[in-house]
Order: sequence, then C-alpha cells, then structure tokens
Amino acid sequence: MRAEVTNIIVAGLGGQGVLTASDILAKALARAGYDVKKSEIKGMSQRGGSVTSDVRFGRQVFSPMVPAGEADYLLVLDAAQVEVHRHMVRSGGVVIAPDAVDAGRLSSRKELNVALLGVLSVHLPVGEGDWLAVLRERFGPESFEANRAAFLHGRACDAPAHTSG
Amino acid sequence: MLPKQLLSGDEAIALAAFHAGVMLGTGYPGTPSTEILEEFARLGGRAQWSPNEKVALEVALGAAFGGARALTTMKHVGLNVAADPLFTAAYTGVGGGLVIVSADDPGMASSQNEQDNRRYAVAAGVPMLEPSDSQEAYDFVFAAFELSERWRIPVLLRVTTRVCHSYTLVGPRLNDSAWHPGRFERDISGRVMIPANARPAHRRLRRKLAEMQEWNETCWLNTELGGSSELGIVTSGISFMHAREAAPEARILKLGFTHPLPLKRIAQFVRSVKRCVVVEEGDPYLVEALRAAGLNVEGKAEMYRFGELNVPRVRRILDGDTSPEPPAPAGKPPQLCDACPYRIVFKALRQRDCIVAGDIGCYTLGALPPFEAMDSCVCMGASLGVGLGLRHVLPTEEARRVVSVIGDSTFIHSGISGLVEMVYNPPEDGHVVIVLDNLTTAMTGHQEHPATGRALDHGPAHRIVIEDVVRALGVPSVHVVEPRAGSDQFERVLDQCLASRQLCVIIARRPCVLIVKRFRDQERRDCEQEAHAR
Repeated sequence: MRAEVTNIIVAGLGGQGVLTASDILAKALARAGYDVKKSEIKGMSQRGGSVTSDVRFGRQVFSPMVPAGEADYLLVLDAAQVEVHRHMVRSGGVVIAPDAVDAGRLSSRKELNVALLGVLSVHLPVGEGDWLAVLRERFGPESFEANRAAFLHGRACDAPAHTSG
Repeated sequence: MLPKQLLSGDEAIALAAFHAGVMLGTGYPGTPSTEILEEFARLGGRAQWSPNEKVALEVALGAAFGGARALTTMKHVGLNVAADPLFTAAYTGVGGGLVIVSADDPGMASSQNEQDNRRYAVAAGVPMLEPSDSQEAYDFVFAAFELSERWRIPVLLRVTTRVCHSYTLVGPRLNDSAWHPGRFERDISGRVMIPANARPAHRRLRRKLAEMQEWNETCWLNTELGGSSELGIVTSGISFMHAREAAPEARILKLGFTHPLPLKRIAQFVRSVKRCVVVEEGDPYLVEALRAAGLNVEGKAEMYRFGELNVPRVRRILDGDTSPEPPAPAGKPPQLCDACPYRIVFKALRQRDCIVAGDIGCYTLGALPPFEAMDSCVCMGASLGVGLGLRHVLPTEEARRVVSVIGDSTFIHSGISGLVEMVYNPPEDGHVVIVLDNLTTAMTGHQEHPATGRALDHGPAHRIVIEDVVRALGVPSVHVVEPRAGSDQFERVLDQCLASRQLCVIIARRPCVLIVKRFRDQERRDCEQEAHAR
C-alpha cells in the first residue's frame, strides 16, 4: 500500500460528469482499502462553469484539497481546461486529456468521463474488480454495460498520457 | 461498528441526525448546506423546506419545546435571517434538543459574502461545535444533541464548504435507541420572553455558558496531537487538516468545541510550546479571544483573512510569508443556460437601459456579460426594497426605468414583505417588479418551495399562487407572461408597465430548462397514481 499521499484532480465544465468521475474514483480507492478524501466546488456546476474535484489517497490523508503544483494526475474532460489547471500539476505529473481515448469508440459523449477514468486506472493501485464493482453500483443495470465498455476501452489505451514538464 | 462509508460532511450530518432520532429537520436551501435535509429525507427522516431560515428555526424551536430532537440547516447568510429567533432562543432554551447547522462559505464559492458565523455563537451566547471532516461531522451531531439536552440550549454546529462538500470515510455507530422523545412541559416564565422573564433568563444563559466553559476544559471534542515543543498550533475545523499537513512536526491543539472556549486548557498548551500560532480561516476569532485572555499567540497576516485556507497558505502563515500570492488562472465562469427563459428578460432590460435592483439566484448571472443588466444584488429579497428606495429619490426620468427582479423561491423567502412595503409606501411614479418564476429553486440544485406545489421530497403539497398573493396585497397591475423565443409578449407587457406609472408586477413564468424532464416524469407518476387511486 502506498504510504505517501497521491493527488488527483478531475476537471471539466458543468454537465460533463466531473463529479460523477471523482465519485467513482474515490469509491474505488476506498474499496481498495485506502484513506480517501474528495473535495469539490459545485455551487455553479450546472451553469456551464468550470468544475474541479480533488481526490487524495494514501495511508492517511489530512487536507481534502490538492495543493497547487502537487497533483500527480490531472484528468480533464474539456480540452480547453487543460491549461487552466496545468499549474496544479507537479513536475513529472501525468495529464490525461480527452484525446487520450478514441471518442468514436464510445456509445455516447456521456461516457467520456468513465473512459478517461479507465486511462487513469492503469496508474492506480486498484484492481479491475473494484473498479467494475463501483461502476455497477453507480450506474445500475441500464447503463452499466456502456460504461463498463467505456472504462475498459480507456484502460486499453496505453500511451496517451502527457507528462508535465 | 458498521462498515465505513465515503460521505460528504452534509451526508454525515444527515446520517447522524437520522441515527440520533431527529424527529424533524427544517431549513431553507443554500450552498453548501442544502444536501443535509435532502439526504435526511432520503434516509427516511422527516424533513421540510421552510419559506425562509427564520421560519425554519422557529419550527425547529417549537419541536424542541415539544421535547423532540430537531435539526435546522442553513447557509451562513441564512443565519442572518434566523438571527432574531436565535438570540432569544438562547434565553428560552429548549425542552428537547435543537441543533442549528450554519454552513459557512469562506472564499465565496457560491455566496454574496464570507461572513464568519463563529461570531454568532459569541453574540447570541450559544455553544458551538466545529467538525473538521465527515467523521467528526457525524460524531459532533450526537455531541451537539447531548450538549443541547444537558444544558437545555440550542447548539450551533458550524461547518464550512470544505467540510460540507468533502467526502471522507465515516464509521457510523450502531443504531442505538437510547434516546426517547420528551414531552411538552409548560414553562411560562422560562419561555415567554417579556422583560420580567427575560432578565432572569439572560442571567441563566450566562450561568449555563460558564458551566459549559468549565466542562469544555476537559472535553473530548478538543484533542491534542503530540509534536515538538518548538511550534504549537491552535486550530479548529478544516484549518486543522491543512495545518496538520503543512506542519507534521508541530504540536497541535485542535478545538472541536469552540464556544465557550476552554481557555485554561488553551493556556496550558500555549505555555507548553516555544512559539504558538493560531491557524484559522476567516475572521481572527480564536486569536482575538486568546489574546484577550492574555495569551501570547501569533495570528495570521491580514491577507489570509480573505478566501479559504489550504496547505500552501498555511505554510505561508507559519513562515510569516506576506509576499503576494500567485494568482490562479481564471476558469470558465458560469452563465445562464443557453435556453434559459431569463435570457429574454435580461436582454429586454438591457435594451431599455433599465436600472435593475436584482436578487439572489441563477438570475444574478444577468449581471455578467453579455447582459450586464443588474445594478445591485445584496441579500435575499433586497430587490424590492432597493428598487423602491431608488424610485423614491431618483429624478423622474431615471426613476421610471427602475425595475426590481426577483426569483420565485426568493419571492416566497422574503420578497413578499418588500411587496407589502411597495403597496404601503408607493413611489410617486409607481414601480415595476418582475418575478422570474421558473417553478423551482434552481441555483441550489432545484429544491421545491411553497409556490411549486411540491414538498421537499417532490411529493404534492399545497401550492401558493404568486399572482394571487400579489393581487391580494392590492397591486393594481398584475401580469403573467411566458418569456419565450419568437414571442414579443414579455417586451410588450414590460413597455406597458414601464409607461404606466402604476404599481406593476410581471410574473415571467417558464420552467427551468434543466428540470423540464423531471416535471414531465413527475406529472406522469401523479397521473398514474391518481388513476390507480380511482
């Protein structure tokens, strides 16, 4: 188990599923046995404004907020938001942008958040079983299959991540 | 112990309230407090939206007079509205248990100011607990009820955005049914606050506070974390989390019960370290109290009074670093939805160069480009009074362009009183009020209110018809229009009203585009139920 705290930021625009993605992420990490904290600012989230959510995990996490310049991973659902959040990423941190997956392979744009989680999942110490269990719990029978497929597509995209200099 | 769950602070408060046997939860929606009652209702608790926070607190107070455990929730500015009952409820005390949640918003993620409601605990003379994560939010609800019942006093549970909206692991207690509701006991001299009763009540309150302060000196709600004696930190709430991370080597006194303060324990702590820094978000509440008690502690530089704290800012506070902070790049600001019916209203107001007294809600976004059609936004319901004041003093040509704009939920909250003022003290050239009625409390996430005809759980309730209220107050010119693309009806009515020199209310009614589908689903369910009932 990783002792030090790992920092992840999920960012995008209101309505894109940022908070759904960070919710799944935090639950999967909790399921894998980590202390997890997730923080979000969502007051204006339904009005198309920027939405970000911080997820931190490790043996013990204190502050729920990722300090600027210390994010290990930045997962962005809207390409234009990459630059806005780049200052949050540490040197050598990983940026996962929407082009990390083949959007044509998704059954709809709605699954982009889960597909990008699939890309991120390769980097995280969480088993596939835990991820799928959380997805199943989150989506219920009618949309689980589409999201499972999106997640596994993202998980199979192997060389997408840009490292931040 | 039950398995751990990942809960937001709001959800943890709701779960604790449910487990603690709260019989009634009341409140008015407001970020970041809204989810508490929604979650409490989802769990099976009885929760109600009140028209405003004052009424919510009064209903909860009545329930507590009746021997129940009652919870009332609101955002920080909501406690301003509820301040009137709060101050005197501290005198009357309660029969059962009463916990008031004040959800503060330092940094103003979604608020018009960043007032620090810890000041209310001092001003009203009520005990205050401050949790720093969801587990504490859960545990402190039980502690708050125990305090409330032991000292028969309302307790303020003060949380902030980063406690309310952060998800952390919570190990709930096993459901224990140790608590049973009390009953109503007549106590005329204790609860009827005429001066003859209120004078001894005030003395009684101060005695209770002195007792609680003594009890707080050894209270489990305050904890000390060992560390070097070089640096000591006194802190509370979310600031504790940032401080613990920023200075893992420091000795920390984390206060959970922050009014009345355990000054002897704090003094002992301060004396045990070479340097002691108070790390707190917002106002210098703790540092002022500690210095007034003669303790030698450092506070934060004034620049850190503004906005939220975080780990880097706490590092700077501890280092005494007052160099300018790097500005964060601006994200994309929110805006009125593309198909929002209010767009038509603000475009029309802009075109006519109206002077717009605005209010609190989604429609406050009408102040931003491309509309820039709002000239003031102060607090819930202020559009009416501010618009009238402008009408009274501006030269006629300007006065006749003044319009008050208020949403449906805000109108119910505190717009009605402003309308009473309008018919009682009408401006010479009349006034024009636009009620933007999208049939929901949209900004906070689509909560119901008394004019939607639906209760907190979206089930049917009596519907207050806004135009009927307006007519009943004696407003001579009342119009209900649907602002929609391709129709100039709204503009025609607006022009007619602006020219009329009468008191006019225009209700611009069209459902919020984000919940049209929910309306349709709800209607279908209602029809099915009705058919089934037949």
